[in-house]
Amino acid sequence: MSSAVPDPQAMAAAHGALDAQVRRVVRWHFSEDTGSPFWLDFRERLDFDPLVDIQGFEDLKRFPPFEDTWLRGGPVRRWVPRPWQDRPLFVFETGGTTGIPKSRIAVRDFRIDYELFSKGLSDEHFPRGFDWLHLGPSGPRRLRLAVEHLAQVRGGIAFGVDLDPRWVIKLLRKGPAWGEHLEAYKDHVLDQALTLLRGGHDIRSMFTTPKLLEGLCERLEDDGTTLREQGIRGVFCGGTEFTPQWTRFAIEELLDGVFLQPVYGNTLMGLAPARPPGPEDGYRIAYYPPSPRAVLEVVDPDSGEVVDYGSTGRVRLTTLTREFFVPGFLERDEGEREPPWGPWAWDGVSGVRPFGRLEGGKTTVGVY
Amino acid sequence: MTRVPVLRWGRPYRSLETSVVRHFISGEPIAEVDQTTPGFIRRDMRRAGRARAALREMRSAELLAAMQEAARLYDEAELPCGDETQSPDDFVRAQSASTGLPEAMCRANMAKNRFVLERMDQVLDALTRGLDLDVLAAGHGVEARGVPISYQAQTEALGCVLPSNSPGVHTLWLPVVPLRIGLVLKPGPEEPWTPIRMAEAFFRAGVPREAISVYPGGPEVGAAVVGGVPRTLIFGSLQTVEQYRNNPAVRVHGPGFSKILLGDDVVDRWEDYLDVLVDSVFANSGRSCISCSGIWASRHTGEIAAAIAERLASVRPLPPDDPESALAAFTVRGVAEALDRDIDARVGAGLARDVTAGFRDVRRLVRQGRAAWLLPTVLHCDGPEAEAANVEYMFPFVSVVRCPQEAMLGAIGNTLVATAITSDAAFRADLLDALHIDRLNFGPVPTHRINWLQPHEGNILDVLYRPRAFQSA
Repeated sequence: MSSAVPDPQAMAAAHGALDAQVRRVVRWHFSEDTGSPFWLDFRERLDFDPLVDIQGFEDLKRFPPFEDTWLRGGPVRRWVPRPWQDRPLFVFETGGTTGIPKSRIAVRDFRIDYELFSKGLSDEHFPRGFDWLHLGPSGPRRLRLAVEHLAQVRGGIAFGVDLDPRWVIKLLRKGPAWGEHLEAYKDHVLDQALTLLRGGHDIRSMFTTPKLLEGLCERLEDDGTTLREQGIRGVFCGGTEFTPQWTRFAIEELLDGVFLQPVYGNTLMGLAPARPPGPEDGYRIAYYPPSPRAVLEVVDPDSGEVVDYGSTGRVRLTTLTREFFVPGFLERDEGEREPPWGPWAWDGVSGVRPFGRLEGGKTTVGVY
Repeated sequence: MTRVPVLRWGRPYRSLETSVVRHFISGEPIAEVDQTTPGFIRRDMRRAGRARAALREMRSAELLAAMQEAARLYDEAELPCGDETQSPDDFVRAQSASTGLPEAMCRANMAKNRFVLERMDQVLDALTRGLDLDVLAAGHGVEARGVPISYQAQTEALGCVLPSNSPGVHTLWLPVVPLRIGLVLKPGPEEPWTPIRMAEAFFRAGVPREAISVYPGGPEVGAAVVGGVPRTLIFGSLQTVEQYRNNPAVRVHGPGFSKILLGDDVVDRWEDYLDVLVDSVFANSGRSCISCSGIWASRHTGEIAAAIAERLASVRPLPPDDPESALAAFTVRGVAEALDRDIDARVGAGLARDVTAGFRDVRRLVRQGRAAWLLPTVLHCDGPEAEAANVEYMFPFVSVVRCPQEAMLGAIGNTLVATAITSDAAFRADLLDALHIDRLNFGPVPTHRINWLQPHEGNILDVLYRPRAFQSA
């Protein structure tokens, strides 16, 4: 494991790489021959010229806040950079917990994100040449293709069990009277996972959500066995809020020694792995984004200024890839700002949870 | 500051998540309470068999002696409370400070719990109709008249999702341990005190630690108890009652809508019963399902309402340690205000008037610091169709309803305690047959006077055990 505090040279290099990435990506999205219709049209309404005035990450503050509604509804092709209009495209949707889902196009980003993520995974816990179980949302989400690619990158095959979070949300909103349906659906999903785990495959690694992981471990324990005894060595887990206490519970009581890698990710950003949680730092889950492709800042919700280390604020995402440019998008989450750590020579965020002051109605969280 | 732990089958657990319990007026922190991870409950229930097994190993006499000793310890001893100890006075102060109940009421509830524990042999004898308690350990036995009997436990532990604002309910689960069933207690967020203190009293008295779990936490923990324990007692609103109405695994204790009915044969002598009427409304600050929220009579209702209002109109909030303090506070922000508005709206809907308003020159709602109080309120309703005729609130509140005697049973709705002051044989016969009345008192018995030797909203034994046929050759 790398030392806890990255050296100043690494941090300076990371800063330089980020500024360079900003220049490359802004040039791509705002140039007539490579930009997407959305950003070229947007440029016309700006009082500055991105190609001239944006030279580094700090300059991105000149853009107005990226609005949630721009991603809701179509036509989605307005986001496709001109050179890629005829390439095979994917569209991925986020959440679905509120109204029309946000959607984004993708060409290769999801593969690149997961290839980068793979480099940080240990062969001990996510062994190469063995198979994977994807137990979680697929459908319009990026996750299934991404996990499948991750498995392939590591020489494995990904088996999949789908969970439709939108149906789960509907069941939850229908209230306690539909509790039996909710349980039945959960059982239906877990039944399939158990069948796969017992199917004689070489599954050693898996992705799932905290709630499904808990449910799966309980079902296995009902049968007198554990995830480790079923061959699993490592689980990467995300999709809903991780609390330190739940993480401790999972590590101490559920996982029987299986390695847990929490991740914070979404369709807009990519994947932010967490540093290994443990008792030495109270099982705090601190995520680090895949800089320079994405930046997570923790900002004061009123001023928009980055808060001090350890202070609480709303999570602001900036995505910087040639497929997708998202400057200063305020996530529906809040958390604490974390200093650079280990291999990540840039800021992270811990204690991620739904933003308490969120306007515009309620979000159903912790659903899967 | 006191740190109150989770108890997982008697084993203290320090959580990474805590909740701070605060003084109901000043907001000063009183205790830090470890919060349960919902997954604990499903997980720990795998070991519920050990709770029952440990209790089955104890002889009945040992268990009953332990209850006697626990009664004394709970009421008199310095007992562990997390990493500190707590005297009875500490307990009373803490309970009062977090729940808004006057200290005198907290002491009264302690006395009630002690009373029930000390008489557990009689309580169980009554609830089981004289069953030899060893039958519950062995699973079968033979009655004195030679008939074989068998009682099958329906669960290894009983889950209880407890309220914050009514410490009187704890007597309902006290018989569970001597009935040899484990206890899973989810305290109300503001009242962790009684479950922890009672558990520690039980442990010191000889009850095995692995027989009791205490899981403080939020609503998700309550849901996990209901979902994870095969039999549960929960306390909630009318909506909660409806939600679980057809679920035999969940016994819900909700609002009582308890009433006093004055028969035509006695109503002209209503003044003779004024003390009973006032006590039934005011006792325990009206904060109980057995507090009287309705007084029904065919005539003199205006005079009855005025007489009760005159008695109660001078009541004001007093400091919680004042021995005269008798009015409990509302500690959850906005609740008292919402109830105040609801009462006004019901009065505004017609056929009802606030009689207490004529006897005092202050508003019903009183605020101080973080807390609020509602002053005792007496409404008069011209008929059962008034929107205010059949409601219950968590403070001394009563609707005095004018209603012909022959229409009463059709109009009163579900009633936990009905005190019928009448000697009319036909009326009494109808009352005995009324399925919507649970506890029935004939004569001037205050609604809150409970005979502990009788079942309350069903027999706890029926929740825990099923009598069945058994033969052995």
